[in-house]
Amino acid sequence: MKYLLLINTWSPESGVERPAGEPTVEEFMAFEKAVTDAGVKVDGQALDLEHATTVHVRGDGKRVVTDGPFAETREMVGGYYLIDVPDLDAALDWAARCPGARYGTVQVRTVWEPDAA
Amino acid sequence: MSGEGAAGSVEAVFREDRGRLLALLAARFGDLDLAEEVVSDAMETALERWPVDGVPDRPPAWLLTVARRKALDRIRRDRVQAARLAALRVEADRAAEPGFDDIPDERLRLFFTCCHPALPVEARTALMLRFLAGLTTPEVARAFLVPTATMAQRIVRAKRKIRDARIPFRVPGPEELPGRLPGVLRAVYLVFTEGYAASSGDGLMRPGLADEAVRLARILDGLLPGEREVKGLLALLVLTDARRAARVDAAGNQVLLEDQDRTLWDAGLIAEGRRLVVAALTGPGAGPYAVQAAIAALHDEAVSFDDTDWPQIVALYDVLLRIEPSPLVALNRAVAVAMRDGPKAGLVLLDDLSGAAELRRYHLFHAARADLLSRLGRRAEAADAYRAALALTGNEPERATFQRKLTALTGGSREPGRGL
Repeated sequence: MKYLLLINTWSPESGVERPAGEPTVEEFMAFEKAVTDAGVKVDGQALDLEHATTVHVRGDGKRVVTDGPFAETREMVGGYYLIDVPDLDAALDWAARCPGARYGTVQVRTVWEPDAA
Repeated sequence: MSGEGAAGSVEAVFREDRGRLLALLAARFGDLDLAEEVVSDAMETALERWPVDGVPDRPPAWLLTVARRKALDRIRRDRVQAARLAALRVEADRAAEPGFDDIPDERLRLFFTCCHPALPVEARTALMLRFLAGLTTPEVARAFLVPTATMAQRIVRAKRKIRDARIPFRVPGPEELPGRLPGVLRAVYLVFTEGYAASSGDGLMRPGLADEAVRLARILDGLLPGEREVKGLLALLVLTDARRAARVDAAGNQVLLEDQDRTLWDAGLIAEGRRLVVAALTGPGAGPYAVQAAIAALHDEAVSFDDTDWPQIVALYDVLLRIEPSPLVALNRAVAVAMRDGPKAGLVLLDDLSGAAELRRYHLFHAARADLLSRLGRRAEAADAYRAALALTGNEPERATFQRKLTALTGGSREPGRGL
């Protein structure tokens, strides 16, 4: 079963100072290695926090493009992992091991499969 | 046997063993909906067959066999589920179908699934009552005083999450258990407290829920006999429940602990609770339920309110405050200190706690302050505190109690009162 781990971190645009204790690159590399060695990683990337662009197509078909993430939030998605594990408990274990869970939050989402509905 | 008698046996078996049947089928097929449907189907079949064929020797085993066949039929028919059939084939082709008594009890898995931290708290208690206590959705809805449609929606949503997010039917391993068991115990405790002091509505107690909580705690204790906190929880529930008959008078009015007729307390439950407390406290590092049970035992053992061993109760609250600090525990400790050292000492502690927003919103915090103020003769302040308590409770008998006390303070009539 595929789960998406959305790694939420503090948005640099939020106006508040990013708290200390941000995980190091080495910590993320160690997690990357663990998730790869366990054979559960399907995909995973860190995202650029600076240059988000938001697209919104209005009812009249008009395309609205704006700079920045969609909402004025203190948190934004800083990276993701798509993992394939047997059940939610296994996904939650990986999410808890992710360095991002100690700094921001890691949201665990199931991949919607039309057949399951 | 008459048709009516057979129908009665179906219901008796059903109520008693529904949880076990559901747990077995959910564990085997990994699908709570499917388990629920086939258990209902099997019961319908029983209602048709038993009046004609007679009640089988081992009714639960009969129901299980029928339910399993129906589950396999459904999976075969269901194209979406077909892929899972291969994995289940070995299981299905096993020639011997063991009787119910030979099958392991899988209800512990169901407890952990129903109380999974990924589910909202109000869904956990509802799922437990629905699947482990065997209540129907309308019964669960009535117990929590919400419309049936609301409760049905809550349960359906939770079941969908269990299925779609694939919350597993498994007992956490030894390293995870200490993190997960408190959530299960908390859900059982919440069922009890909801039944014991209903947060809204006319009845002070909804005994149905308290009974179900005790039943769930007993099942859990049977499944995890080595877990002392399960014994602690069961002890706390039976020692509290033992006072049920004395908590309400003939007119339906609430009777406070200090005014209760202690001869009405259930000696059998108290004896059972005391045995359990000893087991729960024996060994290093007693848990919070064991300590609370020990406090309840001290109340139950006292021949009168004034004879209560308050120094020991304060000492136990000190322990509780250390292992599970919370404003609520601090409140209870302050009340015990007031009993040990007098209302003034208790009031100092309560006033120190008034910074906690959680307590300022809690009617019993204001009621406790009101009681101490009134014992100190500070009637105007006591009346204000009762008004604050009144504004915060939705429970009718409690409102009546506060109103009575308030009238006594403001109406000029002499409150029998303590202390002064």
